Amino acid sequence: MPEVADSPREADQPHESLIAHFGADRPLKLDAGVELSPFQIAYKTYGALNADRSNAVLICHALTGDQHVASIHPVTRKAGWWETMVGPGRPIDTERYFVICPNVVGACMGTTGPSSTDPKTGKPWGLDFPVITIRDMVRAQAMLLDHLGIESLFAVAGGSMGGMQVLQWAASYPQRVFCALPIACATRHSAQNIAFHEVGRQAIMADPEWRGGRYLLENANPRRGLAVARMGAHITYLSDAALHRKFGRKFQDRENPTFSFDADFEVESYLRHQGIAFVERFDANSYLYLTRAMDYFDLAGDYDGTLAKAFAGTPTRFCVVSFTSDWLFPTSESRAIVHALNAASARVSFAEIVTDKGHDAFLLEEPELFAIVRGFLDGAGKSRGLAAKS
Amino acid sequence: MSTLTHAGSNLNAASVTSTPGTARVDLVLVAQMVEYGAKVLDVGCGDGELLRLLSESRGVDGRGIELSREGVNECVAKGLAVIQGDADTDLGDYPDDAFDYVILSQTLQATRHPRIVLEHMLRIGRRAVVSFPNFGHWQVRMQLLFAGHMPRTDILPFSWYDTPNIHHCTIKDFRQLCGTIGVKMEKAVALNAWGSPLRLNAPWWFWNLFGEQAVFLLSRKG
Repeated sequence: MPEVADSPREADQPHESLIAHFGADRPLKLDAGVELSPFQIAYKTYGALNADRSNAVLICHALTGDQHVASIHPVTRKAGWWETMVGPGRPIDTERYFVICPNVVGACMGTTGPSSTDPKTGKPWGLDFPVITIRDMVRAQAMLLDHLGIESLFAVAGGSMGGMQVLQWAASYPQRVFCALPIACATRHSAQNIAFHEVGRQAIMADPEWRGGRYLLENANPRRGLAVARMGAHITYLSDAALHRKFGRKFQDRENPTFSFDADFEVESYLRHQGIAFVERFDANSYLYLTRAMDYFDLAGDYDGTLAKAFAGTPTRFCVVSFTSDWLFPTSESRAIVHALNAASARVSFAEIVTDKGHDAFLLEEPELFAIVRGFLDGAGKSRGLAAKS
Repeated sequence: MSTLTHAGSNLNAASVTSTPGTARVDLVLVAQMVEYGAKVLDVGCGDGELLRLLSESRGVDGRGIELSREGVNECVAKGLAVIQGDADTDLGDYPDDAFDYVILSQTLQATRHPRIVLEHMLRIGRRAVVSFPNFGHWQVRMQLLFAGHMPRTDILPFSWYDTPNIHHCTIKDFRQLCGTIGVKMEKAVALNAWGSPLRLNAPWWFWNLFGEQAVFLLSRKG
């Protein structure tokens, strides 16, 4: 089972990534009340940091994303997950900005997480890994920036769980964030979203190969459970209209139903493929930890329930974006962010983009999104004194 | 009306036409009522033309609210701080004294509750600038009186059945509303059908008859 052997290796020694090591002198203080130490952050950078270190852009990835935002993924060999947005001449232009994309704490692509080797035992952490939060991820990213000698970011951008990190960045380190782009996200996970995550986690934990979270030690892998979790989640990233447009009721490689439980329909075949492909690159325990981090996220909760307090006096400029067909993080959630920012007198732009592509729209070809991100960053760049591209 | 100070001497046809670019005259008039470097909220900012003008000519820190999604997205893509929202429902979210000026440019007549909108504007901002098409203009009166149909003019081009303008008012009506809610009128300008400001010392009835549109600078009383 080479994939089982592969995953801890990628978790400990990620390919095509930079690694920042944080020793016993620099522990990560977690919301759970414990310290993670030592730990490492795997990250990628694109472009060049300018002389006054004012052009750094932090990209925060979503639940199943990683640091390979704008270059070939070392495991799947596919293009970076946001190559339409980040790269030379793209809206987040790597010829203008120094882009940093770290793998989050708890993930499985080289930053310390449950599939990493615990140096104290020499074995994978598994469920001994402490539960982490969005704020822990952001705290670790701030340590990475300290390590890189970057005091303030020109921008922090991300969608979905990445957007949650963006909001947390703006709340935790307002002086370090010149502008923030939270896309298709919310300041808290709704009951419905927690419910979907719970179904995914139960699918993983119901797989006998999960082995109580000790599958790496026992040379097993809860592939079926993780694939089912991914299949269920994937539906929430799309929309009814997008599924209908893409698949309708079309049969897969056949004219008639087989009167069996084969993948008769194209949409079934597609979801099975999504599940199988996901298992190749993702760790089941990481999926548990990261979905938990999203569930726990409630920014207002950290500020007496008043979201505006999270942004009181913020100097950061915000550009909030939502999509009409996103029912996982609907526009009403973005509007709540905007209301809080207005109440805090923050400088905020808010655009809702018409699309039938659902939550996933932020990762896809959406020219209006690109125009908005480009325009917002150009405007902010002028105020920051970043020379416009000739 | 004696408390009204007419627009300052900088406000004349020459300065209007000498403004760089091809900005609309009424927008230039609005912009000239705003102090340099002020913090401004433009309610119903459309495609962001006024915000751009304010930013370039007055160096303001400008924000906008716009109902139409197309307008908002165009503004944001221009780098303007604009959100999608409704003047009738979303002004309540802003705290008191958040802005130096709140501007309502050619939007008052399209709001559901003009009085509440105006009250919010002067709660959120120390001052308000309101521009609107004058329904008392002689062309409007003539169309209703002699042609017997709902007026359609260059600045009010809609048919009665598809107009977004649901609360037309005259300059006189607006002044009365300001009196009713206790708002101080600091400056006022009326433009004739050719976009030139009417004489400052003309009586109000003259403005109400020959002003095609009006711009008011308002502040809280007391």
